[in-house]
Amino acid sequence: MDFSLSEEQRMLKDSAARFVKKECQFERRREQMRSPLGYCDKQWTQMVELGWLCIPFSEKYDGLGGSLEDIMVLLEELGKGLMVEPWLSTVILGGRLVEMLGTEQQKREVIPAVCGGQMKLALAYSEVGIRQQLAAIAMEAKPRDGGFVLNGEKVLVLSAQTADQLLVVARTRGNAGDEHGLTVFLVDPNTSGVTLSGYATVDGYRAANIIFDNVQVSGSSVVGGGEAGLGNALESLQVVMNEATLAVGAEAVGLMDLLYQATLEYTKTRKQFGVPIGKFQVLQHRLVDVFMQCEQSRSVLLMAVLHYVENPKESNKSVSGLKVQIGKSGRQVGQEAIQLHGGMGMTDELSVGYYFKRLTCIDALFGNVDFHLARYAELV
Amino acid sequence: MDLTIGSKYHEFRKNIQTFIRENLTEDIQEAGRLATSVFAEPKRAMAWQKILHKKGWAAPHWPEPFGGTGWDIVERSIFSQECLTANAPPLIPMSLLMCGPCIIGYGTEEQKAEYLPKILSGEDFWCQGYSEPGAGSDLASLQTFAESDGDDYIVNGTKIWTTYAQYANKMFCLVRTSREGKAQAGITFLLLDMDTPGITVEPIIGLDQVHEQNTVFFDNVRVPKANRIGKENDGWSVAKYLLMFERGGQEYAPALHFQLAGVRSIAEQIDAAGSSVWENPFFKRKYCELEIEISALEFTENRIKSALTNGQNPGPEASMTKIRGTEITQAITELALEAVGEFALPLQVEAIEPGSTRVSVVPEYAQTVMPKYLNARATSIYGGSNEVQRGIIAKMVLGL
Repeated sequence: MDFSLSEEQRMLKDSAARFVKKECQFERRREQMRSPLGYCDKQWTQMVELGWLCIPFSEKYDGLGGSLEDIMVLLEELGKGLMVEPWLSTVILGGRLVEMLGTEQQKREVIPAVCGGQMKLALAYSEVGIRQQLAAIAMEAKPRDGGFVLNGEKVLVLSAQTADQLLVVARTRGNAGDEHGLTVFLVDPNTSGVTLSGYATVDGYRAANIIFDNVQVSGSSVVGGGEAGLGNALESLQVVMNEATLAVGAEAVGLMDLLYQATLEYTKTRKQFGVPIGKFQVLQHRLVDVFMQCEQSRSVLLMAVLHYVENPKESNKSVSGLKVQIGKSGRQVGQEAIQLHGGMGMTDELSVGYYFKRLTCIDALFGNVDFHLARYAELV
Repeated sequence: MDLTIGSKYHEFRKNIQTFIRENLTEDIQEAGRLATSVFAEPKRAMAWQKILHKKGWAAPHWPEPFGGTGWDIVERSIFSQECLTANAPPLIPMSLLMCGPCIIGYGTEEQKAEYLPKILSGEDFWCQGYSEPGAGSDLASLQTFAESDGDDYIVNGTKIWTTYAQYANKMFCLVRTSREGKAQAGITFLLLDMDTPGITVEPIIGLDQVHEQNTVFFDNVRVPKANRIGKENDGWSVAKYLLMFERGGQEYAPALHFQLAGVRSIAEQIDAAGSSVWENPFFKRKYCELEIEISALEFTENRIKSALTNGQNPGPEASMTKIRGTEITQAITELALEAVGEFALPLQVEAIEPGSTRVSVVPEYAQTVMPKYLNARATSIYGGSNEVQRGIIAKMVLGL
């Protein structure tokens, strides 16, 4: 067993950490979150240039042939810079789904464009009441004129406003609840009948609800093509959800580490009753618990990533274990950070609040603690 | 990163399994199965130690020249896991895990030659004299005094929580030899014979009605200075060396996985209504949460092993395994209580003694559940209470 990083991974970690330190100062970040675009285009270009969009893709499509271990290394650092660029949507939710499900031609059209930064993607899968149960997706895609017509509403589509292409999950067969029948379509957001209602999320991202009103798409927009792609998307969607969970898991571990460090520093400098508050045993023991939550989360992250790399199809249990761990630990670490920062922790002035909100939102993404405990329980 | 365990270890594991299968008798195994604390029934535990000693495996973690096996950290871990899952009784830790390493680290050549072989063979049975009625978490405040008298010390005072003193013929202990300066600076590490005149052992009966602990009184007990390990007033260094020796060496996760699996098999018993506790979603939720917590600890311990294998210091991760390991141990014993329900009630002290012919009034799976729960309350108290452990982490890791 060896948990040490490879030379390349160490370099990736260092360059991401440098990037965060140089480009992602909190005040600037807060401005960017409030800008019309919602993130920093210059930073996005830098991320493209640094090759961070190519990591998980096959070299055949201009990717770097990296693994989830590399994604883990990258995301742990980027999370500390409060990344709101559409990396997760474009690379994992969109790009990886196309790489897994797409025809050769689709992969050649989409993935090099993703790697080169020319194409941003968003995955429209969730619907009101789905609660991460993918088989419950109900939106219909009915055959018409050699293509399909989409009708329905998607919610919480992350980074949808800036996406060049949408990946839309709809049902070409069966009823809500059926495991078969889900199909993914590549849809231009400018297609007639597509209406985006965008909004900001609590953690500074952008998302949209999207209404599809008789949206006509061609047969070639079926990801996976013709007969092969029809109705068989569930398994790939689940794998992509696992990869996204591992990615935000790594991000959460980075965030927790940072919150722990920031809170610890604060308790060493903030004085009350004439002493630094870190001198009080009641706070010391709680900070030790925070430290332990960070370490346990990192351990489960390593377990889940290594299990995933070993056998992606058999990794559901470990991935759910990770989401449970970071959900629970994230709550504790985040809440203690706010509590120990006192009144200042409640303000928009400190970065601590932003990390806390991102951790809270990560728990709600891709299935929360209860969802993943239930999935875990089915697998024990 | 590489999680795989090399193929050379598969062969190693097979050899261990074969040896255990061929040598662990049913009688000895019963002591492992019925053990309700980290201290197994001594007669059978010592019988198992003798068998291992004959093979050269009584103290795998000792340096090879003194009787260790020369196994690497993965091999040692495999050995412990295989002993555990075969229900072998845990070896009594005071001699092999505590006293031995101190003598190896600080003893003279004569002392090593005299004591170590008898520790390995089990000829000597050691107990530990650290805590006192007034010195628990604050161990350095201990008051048992050893006054110099020519070539001897005259020891007076009281030791408490002395596990298995009733079976021991030797004790290693910390005594005060000076009241000057810092409390830690006046402590000396002494070895003594339990049959020395002036020593009285009184039993302490535990919550579980078991006699594991004792109070040991010293009334003008004469101990030769030749029995001192390390220098006079330097006993604290010896005690700390032991902690370092243990650091990163103890693994909790394999035992916890094993214990949790045991709770599951209890929960899966079909009840009169044709269902089982296992099907209760509230029970299962707790089970799953515990399993995830054990996985977290398992990979924390793997990280420590990986660091040690790469020649690095285990770092702060090692400090928390005691806290997490004992907290999870306690939670598992609690979950087992829920699984057996009212079968936890009958007091079954004699029925669970290895070799007992007394018929148990509860099903076999329920016999040890309550005693384990009661005994496990001690895990967060002994070896430096978990509050003391948090204090150590706050100081050493957090810098508070």
